[in-house]
Parts: sequence; structure tokens; C-alpha cells
Amino acid sequence: MYKGRVSELLVAAEVEIGDTIKISKNGHTYEGVLIPRSEIYDDKHIVIKMRSGYNIGISVNEETSITKIGEGLKPTFSKLTSPEQKRGLPKVTVLSTGGTIASRVDYRTGGVRPALSANELYSIVPELSEVANISTEVVFSLLSEDITPNHWTKIAEYVTRRVEEGVNGVIIAHGTDTMGYTAAALSFALQNLPIPVILVGSQRSSDRPSSDAPSNLVGAVSAAAHAPFAEVAVAMHETVDDDGVIFHRGTKVRKCHTSRRDAFESVNANPIALFKNGQINMLTEHYQKRDKRSRLTTKAEFNEDVALVKFHPGFRTEALSWYINKGFRGLVLQGTGLGHVGSDCIGPLKRAIDKGIIVGMTSQCIWGRINMNVYRTGRELLKIGVIPLGDMLSETGLVKVMWALGQTKDPTEVKTLLLKNVANEFSDRSVFAKY
Amino acid sequence: MADLDFEKIGLLVGLEIHQQLNSEKKLFCDCQAELFNEEPDFVFTRRLRPTQSELGQIDAAALFEFKKGIKILYEGTRPTSCLVEMDEEPPHDIDRESLEAALVVSLMLKANPVNEIHVMRKTVIDGSNTTGFQRTAVVALGGEVRMRRFTSPIQHISLEEDAARKISQKDSVLTYRLDRLCIPLVEVATAPLSCTPEEAEEVALRIGQILRASGTAKRGLGTIRQDLNVSIREGNLVEIKGVQKLELVSSVIETEVQRQLSLLEIREELTHRGVEEEDLQDKPQDITRLLADTKCNIIRAALQEKKRVFALKLSGFGGIFGRKLTQSTSFGREVADRVRFWGAVGGILHTDELLAYGITAEEAKALNVALNIEKDDAIVLVAEDLEKCCEALEAVRERAVEALTGVPEETRAALDDGSTRYMRPRPGAARMYPETDVPPIQISQSFLEELRLKIPEPPEKKMGRLLHAYGLNRKLAGQVLNSRFNELFEEIVKETKVSATVVAAFLTETFRALERDGVDVDGVSPQQIMELFKLISAGRMAKEAASDVLVWLTEHPEGQVEEAVETLKLGMLPEREIEVLVDRLIGENRRFLNQRKEDAFGRLMGLVMKQERGRVKADIVRKIVAKKMDQI
Ligand SMILES: [Zn+2]
Repeated sequence: MYKGRVSELLVAAEVEIGDTIKISKNGHTYEGVLIPRSEIYDDKHIVIKMRSGYNIGISVNEETSITKIGEGLKPTFSKLTSPEQKRGLPKVTVLSTGGTIASRVDYRTGGVRPALSANELYSIVPELSEVANISTEVVFSLLSEDITPNHWTKIAEYVTRRVEEGVNGVIIAHGTDTMGYTAAALSFALQNLPIPVILVGSQRSSDRPSSDAPSNLVGAVSAAAHAPFAEVAVAMHETVDDDGVIFHRGTKVRKCHTSRRDAFESVNANPIALFKNGQINMLTEHYQKRDKRSRLTTKAEFNEDVALVKFHPGFRTEALSWYINKGFRGLVLQGTGLGHVGSDCIGPLKRAIDKGIIVGMTSQCIWGRINMNVYRTGRELLKIGVIPLGDMLSETGLVKVMWALGQTKDPTEVKTLLLKNVANEFSDRSVFAKY
Repeated sequence: MADLDFEKIGLLVGLEIHQQLNSEKKLFCDCQAELFNEEPDFVFTRRLRPTQSELGQIDAAALFEFKKGIKILYEGTRPTSCLVEMDEEPPHDIDRESLEAALVVSLMLKANPVNEIHVMRKTVIDGSNTTGFQRTAVVALGGEVRMRRFTSPIQHISLEEDAARKISQKDSVLTYRLDRLCIPLVEVATAPLSCTPEEAEEVALRIGQILRASGTAKRGLGTIRQDLNVSIREGNLVEIKGVQKLELVSSVIETEVQRQLSLLEIREELTHRGVEEEDLQDKPQDITRLLADTKCNIIRAALQEKKRVFALKLSGFGGIFGRKLTQSTSFGREVADRVRFWGAVGGILHTDELLAYGITAEEAKALNVALNIEKDDAIVLVAEDLEKCCEALEAVRERAVEALTGVPEETRAALDDGSTRYMRPRPGAARMYPETDVPPIQISQSFLEELRLKIPEPPEKKMGRLLHAYGLNRKLAGQVLNSRFNELFEEIVKETKVSATVVAAFLTETFRALERDGVDVDGVSPQQIMELFKLISAGRMAKEAASDVLVWLTEHPEGQVEEAVETLKLGMLPEREIEVLVDRLIGENRRFLNQRKEDAFGRLMGLVMKQERGRVKADIVRKIVAKKMDQI
């Protein structure tokens, strides 16, 4: 991790990360444990953790000398004692994809490590042992921005296997940035679910005592074990308080804040349920009921040749041509207001549709429903075959087009699929509510 | 106490002085670094959960707090708290003004600034930090505080964020205010010093002076706080948190030394009695029935609430609970404090006080029989629910076992009277890990050179100047040095002809006296004070009238000094008017003046001065009266 001159000095002194070292320079001496340095910082400083626990960086010059005075201190994480497991509890599987919902800190070296085993989860969040019998599985370990449609397929396959084994609920730990997309993808891919599938994440890293991860996890596990709904949902904080976890429907959820713990919102829909004071309360009457007899149908193929295109003043129509020429099979437009793009886009879009490219329309307003009958541009777009996606989120629109193209190659069938309400991605009524 | 030989006792004191900085913004966001008193704009609740390594080891107390189901309620106002304080947004870049201030303090203390500052997260899960950790960074190592007779080495100087203010604790809800959270603090930590309590206080005072001299310290109650680490030979390291005044340092240390010595005496007594840990294994016993008809009010009240009474026998502890540890505490109180922390019960009753609380001799006898008590044994009673009784008495037993080894290592809270109270077990080695949201900050040599130019005059040098150049006496000079007006003092003396002693006394003693009388003198600006002295200097008002003007100014925030002088009729009386006045007084007192010529001069002087005090100068009156007398 150290590079350049500093690395040479450390190699010459035969010291490794974790060793206790003494650095002498210009009449000063510094003692401490050698700490790794992030790659992105310069190669002129050595970082040590002093006896007081503080880290400092010492710049290296010609006079710097380093000696090893103690053997390597590797991060250690004491063996955990987890609470006794209650018998007869519902079985819940926690699949991890990279969002760390639990981690452990080694204060001697400052190392942080994700905690992934069931045993670790129990000992970090002891309440879980009274809620469910948990098993864990690592699907992959990715930052959420590195997750692609292929990964959605893989997650869907893992869930399918667990459902077939008869678990009572599945949890997917996921980085929050793209959790909404994965939730939408799983909503289309996992049809007729007998049990809840809950995505959960955290907005505050799990190494800190204030992390929202444990309470989100408790809410998620409770829902997976006991909730009456059998849908794909995202479980996150209801507000900035630590006492409510809210469940958003997978196709209607969006991350609407960069950092707050209540960043996720149900858009153009009610959340499904709320977990508070140990109880799950349903917030809607319209949901798919948990039913062991439901036969899951997994349709987990996605076509990645689809793009989400945001129209804006000064939008250059060549961008559309580029997609057409590159062989894209679907475009989801994020138009203005009720669903418009500049009239100079109509030509290229018509060309795209005539070539069999699926073009869907959503609004960049986020809240509300598009209506392309009100203004002329809208009517013209409809006339050339742009598919209006109602009150669907643009992100869900993108995922749905990817999914529909993964199910069939026939544009007419794709269009039919797109307009059909597959996983509550459309709502029929626009209810007067806060947005 | 005075005859204690602290060197022989092996007293070691470490000081950690925390000074709030008078910065424009907070340390990691752009909020106002101010406290608020109005109703909060928003509140929210959180829970803090011990992270893994606490669960595994160290912090039993933290886990205990969590299991108690403590909820934390935070209150904030929008100008003083943003999403950063709420732990809803990552920290912004470190405040440069505060960083410079901390480095200037470091240079003043001859410490060695680090080349690259790394912000750390120090785990604190009592709720005082929304994150569950305090952000803190060492900015310099080493350094010293030089006193006349000795030198105290500095361990490090750090820059850190202050914690939220605790407002209340009711049942399982802790309430904190966010305004203080993230206000920048400079911490100066000394190395353990072998010294007397007075010497430790001198060091604390000197560090306080240097911090104030840096010109960046916030002023007022609660802006400087001390933590003390006190240990004696055979005793143990006890951390005392939150000493609010530097002047309390020596008495807090003395009291702590006394407490540790008393605990060592108790240890000796218990050893002498042959008490060992195995002797303290008795189980609590339910004695509710025995006391069913008791006259003891406390127990009767508990029984009416359907609570139970449990008793624990402590072999060999007879007479120990009643023993005084310091002037204001006993071993019994020490145990009760501990129980309050772990058991959430109101209190305990012990053998040495049972009769005083209304337990009859017969009841005591029955208790002794039931618990098989012998001469040197003690009994502790708790009246509560079953579970709480057991928790509380287990805490009693643990504390009794600790008495066998003398002084437990613990964290205590300083009280206003100089005594201390059990706060929590001492956390193990500092639980710190890197704050990865704030990149390391490099401190270049050229930046340090720039800062060196900003170092203010060291306080000892300024003291010398106040004594010699301005001719102040030692007391006044000391007061000016510690006053927020120390710069204004020099400006006034330079720009006016008013004597330095008058200016100094006014800026320190007069201000303090008015403050004591409840006058809000903080609102008066330095410009107004300067103007006031200019008027005095020009002979347009008397110095005796200055405090009246000050009071008027606090009552009229928009007012001008001249306006005050006019409204209050404090302007100097022209000589012509004095002459008219003297003529009139001579007319009114003619008889007296004729009868007692030898007293006439004094009488007239007195009358004029009494009537026009603050508007006339004595020598001018004297001159006019003499002239008029001649004319009679
Ligand atoms: Zn702020």
C-alpha cells in the first residue's frame, strides 16, 4: 500500500504493516504501529498509530530512519459469543451482495471488517436470535454501483433456490445507491412469490454505533419471518428517528437523498408496511399475500442493450442517433413534465421505432404521471409509437424494458408486456398525498 | 490535608484541558458555533449500539446501557445544527480557522506540529455524540509549560469536536441538545506529573492563560473544562471528568487523594479481619415477610407498591459502610452511587444506618438471625422488583469485592463543590479508528512559518509589561491579563490620558461588580468603552460616573455614550455654573457661615460636592469656594 520512497525505506527497515516501529527525524522520535495508507494519498508520509490511539502521518526526508521495535500486530477480532438460539423460529436467509449491514472494528490497528456469518450477525444484533433462525450466504461482494443486470439474474437464482428449500423469507443486503434498481429487477423476475423478499441497506456505515443498519436489519428480518405480504420490498428507516423501518414496494421505490437514513421513498404509491415497536403493520390493503402454496415463477433474463436517456435544454439529437447506430434495443426517455422532448427529437425517435427499437416515456419530475395527450409534442410522440409509461419511475421503466426484452424479441409482445401491470409498477389512481 | 507528603504518597496527575475555540463555524460544518436557549426547531430519537469489539471485550458498561433500552432524544435549532450534527450527512472539510488556532496554541506551548493530521473516531456511546464517536485529531506532540519552579511536559495537543449538551435523563430517555456538538475544542494533555495538588492547579491555570492569550478561546462558563487523571501509589488511576473551573483543580485532586487513602485504609482493615473474596458469595435473600409491618418509611412505601425487600450479607463488612472517605462521602454512598448506575434503583440501606431509618431493634435482630449475621458482618437492603433487587445487590457485592483490593479504576464526574461521584467504569484503551470521511491534512513548513508570525505575546511577558510599563499592581495586572479586555486596556491607555490603574480597575473590578448585580455588560462594545474614556480624558465627564453610563448603555442598546452623559446629566458643570451654585449656597447658609467661620470652607465644599458629585472636579470647586469666601 505504501509506494515510492516510503515503500523503499520500509522494505529496507524490514518492517511490515502492523509492526511497532520507531521513526527518528530531525531530533524527534515517534513510536507506534505502522498503519496502511490509502492508495490515493501521496508517497511522502508514513502513518503510525501511537500508544494514545491516535494516528499521525510523518513526512519522510533524508534524515528519516526507521527501526522495528516490535512484532507485527495483525487485526484480530475476538471470538464471538452469540446468544442462544430459540427453537421453532421461522427460517430466514440473508444473502449478501456487498452492502455491509454489520462490521467489526479492531481498535488496535483501526481495521474494519464486514461481519457476514449468521453467528456474527447474532452477536452484533442479539435481538435477531429471538426473531428468526438465520442462515447466511455470500452471493458476491460488490459496491452497489458495480452491480449489473447479470448480477440481478444471479441474485434471482439464489432467491429461487432458497424459496424452493422452503425458507420463510429472504433478505438481500445491498449497497443503497442502486438498491432501487435491483428491487425493481427482482420484482419483475420473481413472480408469484410465496414469501417476502426484502432488500436492506444502511446509509451510515455499520462500524459506527449510530449505524442505521442494525435496526433496518431487525425490521427486515421480522418482515421476512412474519409479514403477511409476499413481495419484493426495500426496508429502510421511515424517518431520521431510529424507531421505524418502512417497507417500500420494489417497483415504486427510489433513493431520493444522498445521505439521510430516510433517503428511500415510495413514489406515486404508499409504502407497503411499517415495522415499529416490534410490530409489522400493513399500510395498504392491496398486496400479494404470503402463501406457501404459491408457485414461484422465475423470469430472470435481462437485456442490457437499453439506455435511460434524460432530455434537457440543449439536448443534442446525435445522442439518439448514437444509440440507434450502436444497436440498442430499447430507450427509456426521461422527458420533461407530462412526457415531452424537443420537437427535433421526433425525427430520430421515429427512425428508432421504425427500426424496431422500443421507446418508452417517463417523466423527470419523479412525482406524478405522464400524459401525452395534453400538448402537441406528446400527441406526436404517441403517434410515432413512443410507449407512455404512466406513473412508472424512470429507473423502473429502464429495468422493465431490460426485463421485457429479456423475455421476448418480438416488439409487439414487448409492448404488450410494457403496458401490462406486472409487479404494481403502475398505479391506477393518483392519490392526493405528500410528494 | 496540608501536612500530606504527596511525593511519599506517590501522587501522579495528568491534566487534560479542553478549551472551546471562538471560531466562526463549527469544526466539520458551517453551522454557527453558538448555544441556543429557545425552543428547539426539531427533535429526533436514536439508539446507539456498541460496535463489535466492545461486545467482545472492554465496554461492559456500554453494552449494559444499550440493553437497558436507553433512547436518546436530540433537540436542535436550524441555525446551530445541520445534517452533519444529526449524523445524516458526512463531515465537511475541517475548519481552517480552528486548525490554525490549534496550531498557534501548539507553537506557543513549544510543541512539535505533526506533518500530517489524521482525524480519528473515538468511540463514545453515552449519546453525547450522534455518531457514537467523537472526531479528534492530534495536531502536535511534546511541548512544555514552564513554571517558575518546575516544568510540566505536554503529551499532545489535539483539535476535536465538542459533544452535545445533556439536558435531562428521565427513565429510559436521555435528552441532548445538538448546539454544542461539533464546536471546536483544543485539548492540551500533560504527561503524568509528580506534583502537589497546588502545583497541578498552577499548571492548569498557566495553560488556561496561554489558551486565552492565543486570542482564539471562547469565554464564559463551560467554555473551558478539565479532565484529571489522578493516581497514588497502591491506589489506582481514576479519571475525573468535567471540572468546570481551573480554580477547583487542587481541591478536586486533594479530595480524590483523600478518597483513595481512605479506601486503602478500608482495604487494610478488611485484610486485618481476614476477609477474602470467597467470604462474599452469599446470595440475596427475600426478607419481605420479615419486614411486613415495619415502621421504616422507605420500605413501607415500597411494600405498598407491591415491591419486595432483599437483603445481602457481606461477611466482615461490619462498620465499613458508615466509614467516611472524604468530608462529604462515605463508603456507603460510594456503593449506593455504583448501584444507581447498574441497578436503576433509588438507593440502598445498610446495617450502619438501619436504625436511623426506622427499623426497630427487634426487626434488626430478626434480620441478623435470618441471615446468620455475626459480629463483623454487614447487611445491605434493597426494596424493588425482584429482578432489580438482584441486579442492585450484585452490584453491591462486586463493589465490596473491589474494596478488598483497594481503589477501583473508574471514571468519576466532578461536582461543583470539588467532590466527585461515580460515573462509569473506566473504558479500556482508547477505542479509536480512522475517520475515513475526512482526508489527512498536510501541514507544510511554510504554513507553519506563516503561523509563527501570528503567535501572540506569551502571558508571562505581557504580565511583565503590565507591571512595569503600566505600573499596575500585581493583582490588577493579573486581572487584566485574564480579562477579555486585555487588548482594549492597552488601546485605551495609549489613546487617552486616563491613568492605567483607573482603566484597569474599571475594566476588571467595575465590570465584575456590575455583572454580579445582574447587569448584562456583555452587550457593551469595545468602541463604546473607548468613547467613554475619551470623554473622561477630555474632562467632559467624571470617572466616577462611568459605571452609570455603562448601565445606561446596557439598557439602551442603540444609544450613544454622549447621549448617556446628556440624559443622565453627567456632563461636567461649567465653572460659571459652579460660581452661581456657590453664591446660592452662601446665601442659604449665611448664618452658619458667620457663626463658625473656621468650618465654613469645609462645609461649602461638602455641599457642592454632595449636590453635584460626578459633574465637578474637587480642585476646581476648591478654587471657586476659596475665591468666593474671600469676597464675603
Ligand atoms: Zn452543522
